[in-house]
Amino acid sequence: MSFWRKLACVVLALVLGASVTASWLAPAGYAKQYREATNAPPSRTHWLGTDEIGRDRFARVLYGTRISLLLAPAAALLTTLMAALIGGLAGYLGGAWARMAMAVTDLFLSLPWLFLLITARALMPLNVSPLVSVLVTFLLLGLLGWTAAARVLCTTAGALRTSDFVRQARAAGLPGRRLFWVHVVPNLKPVLYAQFWISIPVFILSEANLGILGLGVAEPMPSWGSLLKELEGLVSVGEEPWKFVPLILLVVVVTSFQLLLSKQEEVAG
Amino acid sequence: MRSLRWKIAGHGLALVATVLLGGFLSATLVRLAPGFDVDERELDPHLNAQSVQALRDARHQDGNVFKFYFSYMNRAAHGDLGTSLALGQPVRTLLRDRAPLTLRLLTMGLGLAWLLTLTLALSAAWLRLSVYDTMTTVVSGTFLCLPAAVLALLSVLWNVPGSLAIALIVFPHTYRYARNLVVKAYSRPHIITARAKGLGEARILFWHVLPVVTPQLLAVAGVSVSLAAGAAIPVEALCGLAGIGQLAWQAALARDLPLLVNITILVTLVTLLANSGADVIGHVVRGQKA
Repeated sequence: MSFWRKLACVVLALVLGASVTASWLAPAGYAKQYREATNAPPSRTHWLGTDEIGRDRFARVLYGTRISLLLAPAAALLTTLMAALIGGLAGYLGGAWARMAMAVTDLFLSLPWLFLLITARALMPLNVSPLVSVLVTFLLLGLLGWTAAARVLCTTAGALRTSDFVRQARAAGLPGRRLFWVHVVPNLKPVLYAQFWISIPVFILSEANLGILGLGVAEPMPSWGSLLKELEGLVSVGEEPWKFVPLILLVVVVTSFQLLLSKQEEVAG
Repeated sequence: MRSLRWKIAGHGLALVATVLLGGFLSATLVRLAPGFDVDERELDPHLNAQSVQALRDARHQDGNVFKFYFSYMNRAAHGDLGTSLALGQPVRTLLRDRAPLTLRLLTMGLGLAWLLTLTLALSAAWLRLSVYDTMTTVVSGTFLCLPAAVLALLSVLWNVPGSLAIALIVFPHTYRYARNLVVKAYSRPHIITARAKGLGEARILFWHVLPVVTPQLLAVAGVSVSLAAGAAIPVEALCGLAGIGQLAWQAALARDLPLLVNITILVTLVTLLANSGADVIGHVVRGQKA
């Protein structure tokens, strides 16, 4: 493992550790208001200051990181499972199934990602509880992000279908279902792992975009998207530099994922 | 020639399928939208019983699902895309008014992104300096890790045009592919030999490198249209530019589904056309090279 990958692992472990232990590290809950100290600059009590309604920004960053870092992998898992089922099965069955699956994925892929996301998000109710908004946001990401992965898996499964060992197994009379689960799916694992890891930073960035546009996680629940929305009110960069901490954290985490992913991307093709 | 015809036919079929599917989706959402079965004109005290009955009869025609879909598609084919629920204006008018700004923004953004991409990719291949290569990779990697909406916000803060924000959103994606393609092409044995024999850089570029990388670069160019269209939403919404992206954002916030679906279909058609065009031109270029 190269130096940069080791560093990325350490950074991710530290950030994840800090976010998981937010209830101990943070001075207060993410929704607790200090009404006497609204829009306060960093101090000993509030390391990153407070927001416009007096909530501790450091606490919100920790809790927001927890939500983004735990739910993006969950959405990535859903995406990977869907891609494995749709792409893997279509590739394994081949013929008209594969062509149909590819036509559908091509159609989905031709839709710009953000347009698809906001259209799907608008179909859901917007005035829901914060917890439901978190689930809806990440569920949507998981449900809509499978197409590119399905395309790769369809091609890989198609190559496996015509491979010698699968042909031999079929000729030996192995039933199709057993052949798929016992011989095809285990050989798709490296591609599945790669697709899973690739999806995580994509979903983190997508949630941030949705949050800034006001279509993501609802208040008072924090997420990187809702924390970055604060940048909208800035007049100049140097005015309140501590407001950039969530952005710096996001860039560091996504960069760490990108560093870890360089090998995975080669596997994913 | 025959394969080119098949390619064009395939792309044409994909476009028709998108229009039909989009129309179907749009009509379904119109049917499901709140207030579909209600006509406020019935409350007008100036109307007599016969007029009210006529309005009800007209609406009853939409009760038949197949008739409704047919009449919706028929109206759409004649340019009537319905009315926006939130803005109360015909969708067609809204799209016509806002399309020029978005088109201008996307053209300038894509132009800038490709200028930056090709300049950096070619200079990386020409200079062959690991420091320069690392520097460009770090710069593009940093932009890749920034959410598009943050770049839009920063463009407002630094008072730079929205087209530059679009260029900086698209550039890291295109640069990654273009750099790899160009560097790979320059490391081919015949190009190394040509360089060793003292052939000019311009001649190597135009005669040996560009013919090899053009089809793949065209494919990336097709995809970059889709990236730029997606980037138009945060850039227009956060920079206060009244284009299609901002309209889509407003429609999403107001849950104006007929408008949102029509915009999505329009954008999908544009990106499909761009991808198909890039694919067909790439096919022609490959054919000429062969």
